[in-house]
Amino acid sequence: MAASQQFCTFFLDGHFFGTPVPQVQEVIQYQTMTRVPLAPEVVSGLINLRGQIVSAIDLRKRLGLKDRPDGQLPMNVVVHTNEGAVSLLVDEIGDVIEVEEEMLESPPETLQGFAREVVRGVYKLSGKLLLALDIEKVVDIGDLGKPKSNREF
Amino acid sequence: MDEIVKDFLIESSENLDRLDQELVKLESSPSSGELLASIFRTIHTIKGSCGFLGFNRLEKLAHAGESLLSQLRDGKVTLTAEITSGLLSMVDAVRQLLAVITTSGNDGNQDYTELIEHLSRLQQPGTGAGTSAAAVVGSPLNSVETASRTAIPDAVADPSKIGGVLLERGQVKEEDLASALQQQELGRKRIGEILIAQGAAKPEDVQAAQQTLESRNPDAPVETIRVGVTLLDRLMNLVGELVLARNQLLQFSSARHDVGFQAVSQRMNLIATELQEEVMKTRMQPIGNVWDKFPRTVRDLAITCGKDVRLEMEGQDTELDRTIIEAIKDPLTHLVRNCIDHGIESPEARKQAGKKSTGILKLRAFHEGGQVNIEVSDDGAGLNSDRIRKKAIERGLVSAQQAERMSDRDAYNMIFLAGFSTAEKVTNVSGRGVGMDVVKTNVAKIGGTVDIHSTPGKGTTVKIKIPLTLAIIPALMVTSGGERFAIPQVSLLELVRLEAGDGTKAIEMVHGSPVYRLRGRLLPLLYLNRELQLVDKASSAESGTNIVVVQADGREFGLVVEEITETEEIVVKPLGKQLKGISAYSGATIMGDGRAALILDILGLALRAQVISETRDTALNEKGKAKETTVRKDEGVPDRQTVLVVQVGKQGRMAIPLSLVARLEEFPASAIELAGSQEVTQYRGEIMPLIRLSQLVGEDSAAPAAGEDFRLPVVVYSEAGRRVGLVVDRIVDIADEKLVIQNPARQKGVLGSAVVQKRVTDMLDVPSVVREAIPGFADSSSARV
Repeated sequence: MAASQQFCTFFLDGHFFGTPVPQVQEVIQYQTMTRVPLAPEVVSGLINLRGQIVSAIDLRKRLGLKDRPDGQLPMNVVVHTNEGAVSLLVDEIGDVIEVEEEMLESPPETLQGFAREVVRGVYKLSGKLLLALDIEKVVDIGDLGKPKSNREF
Repeated sequence: MDEIVKDFLIESSENLDRLDQELVKLESSPSSGELLASIFRTIHTIKGSCGFLGFNRLEKLAHAGESLLSQLRDGKVTLTAEITSGLLSMVDAVRQLLAVITTSGNDGNQDYTELIEHLSRLQQPGTGAGTSAAAVVGSPLNSVETASRTAIPDAVADPSKIGGVLLERGQVKEEDLASALQQQELGRKRIGEILIAQGAAKPEDVQAAQQTLESRNPDAPVETIRVGVTLLDRLMNLVGELVLARNQLLQFSSARHDVGFQAVSQRMNLIATELQEEVMKTRMQPIGNVWDKFPRTVRDLAITCGKDVRLEMEGQDTELDRTIIEAIKDPLTHLVRNCIDHGIESPEARKQAGKKSTGILKLRAFHEGGQVNIEVSDDGAGLNSDRIRKKAIERGLVSAQQAERMSDRDAYNMIFLAGFSTAEKVTNVSGRGVGMDVVKTNVAKIGGTVDIHSTPGKGTTVKIKIPLTLAIIPALMVTSGGERFAIPQVSLLELVRLEAGDGTKAIEMVHGSPVYRLRGRLLPLLYLNRELQLVDKASSAESGTNIVVVQADGREFGLVVEEITETEEIVVKPLGKQLKGISAYSGATIMGDGRAALILDILGLALRAQVISETRDTALNEKGKAKETTVRKDEGVPDRQTVLVVQVGKQGRMAIPLSLVARLEEFPASAIELAGSQEVTQYRGEIMPLIRLSQLVGEDSAAPAAGEDFRLPVVVYSEAGRRVGLVVDRIVDIADEKLVIQNPARQKGVLGSAVVQKRVTDMLDVPSVVREAIPGFADSSSARV
């Protein structure tokens, strides 16, 4: 029998993403964020996670997708990483699903932009594709560390 | 490693630290039986445990020390400096062995035969009577090879053990006790039980002895347990969260009118506050924990340097956060070493100077204004400010002129610069020119400051001021661009509020950078919202301007913010790695409403904005000469220049290049004195000549004569370390314009005229004006063309 793994899934601009469950600390509602001026654009702000200060990374921006429509509040997927807890902002949470390792394929050549670097592979599920994220790469924003432009919110 | 070995190591290293202090203390009061007994007990415990754990090497060493101690205790040998040194080196060797055990699990193969022999030689007093007595007791101890047996004779007499007490009262025979002890070593039962079982002692006697033993230690320490530091940190975090939840609860309860709910929240409030205080206390340690090793350091160093030093300590119980204690350990040790090596003179030199031959090194700690003050002072020769100046010039740290201008206090603080040492010769203790700068950097890292005071011939005091804790700091909350920020109180100097309307007038521009005249000094300004690229809210002119005057690295600047809310105690939390690269923040905190707020790193912000390297009056002072040449080159060139516009006489408008202006001051007319025919005033400890510009350019002075109650605006000009004051009638403005100088040399002391702010203005030729009035002013500057 092939090895299987549980994935926590979420949606971003109609795409279906997921990350292995053990890496996810918790999923929480939208939290008021404190903006961090001068921070890289992908960092939306800081949230207070029961006394711990956690940076929130906007996954749409991180993956080079278009901005979330006004008025749509994101959800926080808090993940464990080598650099401590980080919150990923996603549009909507999906189910926890079980995937078989044999369904995994490397990301298609057509996948462009930042997404290609951080998508570990694609699971061919019936009816849709699940893009598996490499969380360590997602939170390592070294190259994107440029300050964001002077723009209004 | 075995749990039991670990326990042994922890316990032994604590015991050794105590041993160091006790041995040094013993030297000053050699007759103290109590001290001797305690030292003896410690060594005995170590020896006993390592016999049990099979560390034979360590055991032999401890045994040699123990034998010597027992001779001392029995009065068969008297304590000499040599014996103390021998015992201390034994302690060092034991420490070495413990380190070996920690890393390798066994006691290594280092040979300590020599030390052991030295220790047994010390047991032989020079006098004949002592020798025989020592031989009787000493020989059975020394002859026995396997050390577990040797513990018996010492333990028998140990008055802190139950056997010793029984023996004292004659309730048990010495042989019985010895065999019982042997049994105990094998079976690890209680000695009392063994004695009773053997019928060597009566049960009631044993019980009575037990009670006596307990009453002998009335000040036995409060029971303690070991708790991991990580657990304490975790507790601290949890309490931080509890406090935040409490704040939210209180906000919630005051919004409702439920008496029961309010009473409960009040109680919760009190409990949370108390809990926070108590948990904070668990992280606090008395500074004595660091100081405890100093008696030994001082003794050893004093002997090495051939000096006579007495250590005095005051305020050992002053408590500090654990992390801070760790951070100041090395700087303090360095200061202490410096005091002995450089500060305190040799006994002969002290006598010649009419002082007692014993120098005093004093450590003092106390709380003041929410900070901890630590002073390290000696009554030695003090610092020689001239020598420091000379050295500083030699090392190229300052120019000769700068050195000359420097106050003694500034000169003393030069020793904190990297690569500075005034020691005539380099010793192995100190004087290599590293150290004092490290002291300063380490203290600055934890938000502290170092200052040095010295009186030649009387001594030197180094004062360190450090915050109580790093985890919770007082901070000023401000808003800018609609966001809240915390400014740590340590960076804060003062708050200035410019009312609506005043704002635009009071803030002037120098080379496009805003400045504010704070008591005659130009304070560079930084708009926080612009620096952080935040939205510019309502214009400052309408609502007034708030300037937070802060300091970073000894320089001051003003931070313009929208609103100043309040001071608060905040819990400092680290930022995630994604944000570590932004130098403007030092961390974040959580406010009463549960939202996060950023803590500003004032130094980082200042460096980012390059605000502290510009427009400083000191920079103008020190680079007066360099500036002059650039200005001379600029003359007549239709380039942008910043000039100070002044009114001279009733009508005259004159402009002075701002780069030539060191400071703007105001003196009361009564401060003007006469030196010969020259008008002078006392300024920063020197006599500064004054030149009335109105007289020089041949106009009637609008300013009244000296002596009347009137304040004279004075432009201070500095060249090659000398200052001169140019008295004007009014300081009009600062202008930054393209200047075209026309009609050159219409008048002496004037370069020509230019249009400044749409008005014809004379350009003052300051160097020639000054030389006209004071022939030979700063003529050492032969570099002038």
